[in-house]
Amino acid sequence: MQDILIAILAIIVGPLATFGFYILLNWLVNLFPEKVGRSLRPYVFIGPVLLLVGGMLVYPTVQTVTFAFMNADSTAWVGFNNFTRLFKDPNFLSTLFNNFLWVAVVPITTVVFGIAIATLTDRLGAIRERVFKSIIFMPMAISFVAASSIWRLNYQWDSGDTQIGMLNAIVKAFGGTPVAWMQAETFSLNSLLIMVVVIWGNAGFAMTLLSAAIKAVPEETVEAGAIDGANAWQSFFRIVLPQIRVTAVSVFITVLISTMKIFDVIWGMTGGNFHTNVLGVDFFLEYFVYNDTGKASAVVVLLMIAIIPIMIYQIRTYRKQEELR
Amino acid sequence: MSQQTSALQRFKNFKPGSTLVMLIVVLVWLMPTIGLLVTAFRTQSDSVHTGWWTGVLDPFHQHWTLSAFEGVFSSTWNLGPAFFATVAIAVPATILPITFAAFAAYGFTFLEFKGREVWFSMIIGLMVVPLQAAIVAILQMFVALDKWLMTIPGNEYGDFHLSGEYPAGWIVHSAFAMPLAVYILRNYMMTLPHALIEAARIDGASHFQIFWRLIIPMSVPALASFAIFQFLWVWNDYFIAFMFVGNHTVMTYQILSMLGQHGEGWQIVMAGCLISVLVPLTVFFSLQRYFVRGLTAGSVK
Repeated sequence: MQDILIAILAIIVGPLATFGFYILLNWLVNLFPEKVGRSLRPYVFIGPVLLLVGGMLVYPTVQTVTFAFMNADSTAWVGFNNFTRLFKDPNFLSTLFNNFLWVAVVPITTVVFGIAIATLTDRLGAIRERVFKSIIFMPMAISFVAASSIWRLNYQWDSGDTQIGMLNAIVKAFGGTPVAWMQAETFSLNSLLIMVVVIWGNAGFAMTLLSAAIKAVPEETVEAGAIDGANAWQSFFRIVLPQIRVTAVSVFITVLISTMKIFDVIWGMTGGNFHTNVLGVDFFLEYFVYNDTGKASAVVVLLMIAIIPIMIYQIRTYRKQEELR
Repeated sequence: MSQQTSALQRFKNFKPGSTLVMLIVVLVWLMPTIGLLVTAFRTQSDSVHTGWWTGVLDPFHQHWTLSAFEGVFSSTWNLGPAFFATVAIAVPATILPITFAAFAAYGFTFLEFKGREVWFSMIIGLMVVPLQAAIVAILQMFVALDKWLMTIPGNEYGDFHLSGEYPAGWIVHSAFAMPLAVYILRNYMMTLPHALIEAARIDGASHFQIFWRLIIPMSVPALASFAIFQFLWVWNDYFIAFMFVGNHTVMTYQILSMLGQHGEGWQIVMAGCLISVLVPLTVFFSLQRYFVRGLTAGSVK
């Protein structure tokens, strides 16, 4: 009951207080002489956000980098000790390998799948298109915690004769031997099966953006290709694909970033056991289970080093777009 | 002409195949969700001994029951309070960042000032910072703040504190949503007619009035789509709720606990999942058009 009251109170008070805060800022700036006020006014609008991201994103991130060179409770400097400890640990090397595997498989598969579904549904009638797309898109509304639960049931392995997990029931129906999928470490099969969950969840996002891009391809370009004798495949690869490239890249980058820091699904499916660990889960384990702030921060620093090139790419793309405006 | 466009026509009319392929894909896509729906209404013994699909293939010989729902709302799992805790985090954590971001987006779009490009580039760069990077230091900041609060007379026992409470979750969610929110809203505001704003300026309207009377009403589509996106994100979040709002149990946390005991039958976990996905699915299907429009307007984290 108290929770409901707090929620209702927050819904009403939150925005009012926020808006009052901005009015107050604006009023303060108006007290200054016109010339000073003009140069201060932009900061009425962007100042609070700069403070928020500065205090809650930039400063803590810098702080984490310093923690990476300190001991478990951040009381003494230890140089690169945390990093050497990580790289000497064979389990961590397997964690790194898994992260590479995730990054290599998930973003590209999601994009290819998204393009395939967007292309297929684009050719169907309006109703079929809408229904199919809604169904593919639906998992986006389901949390990865709920998704892991659902998929763990699908991947369930039972020691007895009956299999209540769908995958093993299918294997058995075809005369195979049921497998404990989440423990199947050969060729990282368990990791690949967890990736299926993420692709199931993300394909709708990719499909939606790519479908909009495909619809924006001018009809004439496809017709011109057809007049020149292009078949269906040629017209797709030579005419449509180049025109949706920018969207495909941006979807790829978005999925890439979320894949690099993936946590919930693996935490829900295996808890990082059976060599399915990745950096996002390893951070969680080091910090909350082993209480080693230094090592946890070192894991995050490695993750950030991997993300920095993407960050630079994003800023450069934005700059290019601005020049075109 | 008809001869020449035949390749195109063949490409366009190749529909039975496309429909069939899509039907198969869609069936595979729906399968897990159907499993969820069916399992939630099964008895413990049914769900331990047979696969959920028997419920679909042989619906009249099942012991359908609502007992799993009684289970999740019982004192063992307390999903009712968890539901409201989730609401108490998600609603403010959706409204607050949008308000902040709308102001900033206005500043970045319609005000000229030194360093605008630099600040905005920083915002773009921050979009990709993983939340893991900031978590350790933020947790420590909150602890330090609580220690300082205890020096206030009357708060010696720390009754008034931030760590583990809802506002901590609101602040963290707002901060992490901010770069993307500002980016999306600014991209949208760039498409609004500048001439209109110029005219309002000449008529003597202040930036505050223009923002509130003109820009906010015109930005409703972008605001709505970001609101939906942020709401789904916060509702479905486990990480931030676990770390920053530890004094209240949210649904994702409860579901993971249920999942730890799935040996006693999957019906409890699935009933919990079903309750937790009801709200996002309703939001999603009723506002899908806004959501899709917003997605296609800007990229998403």
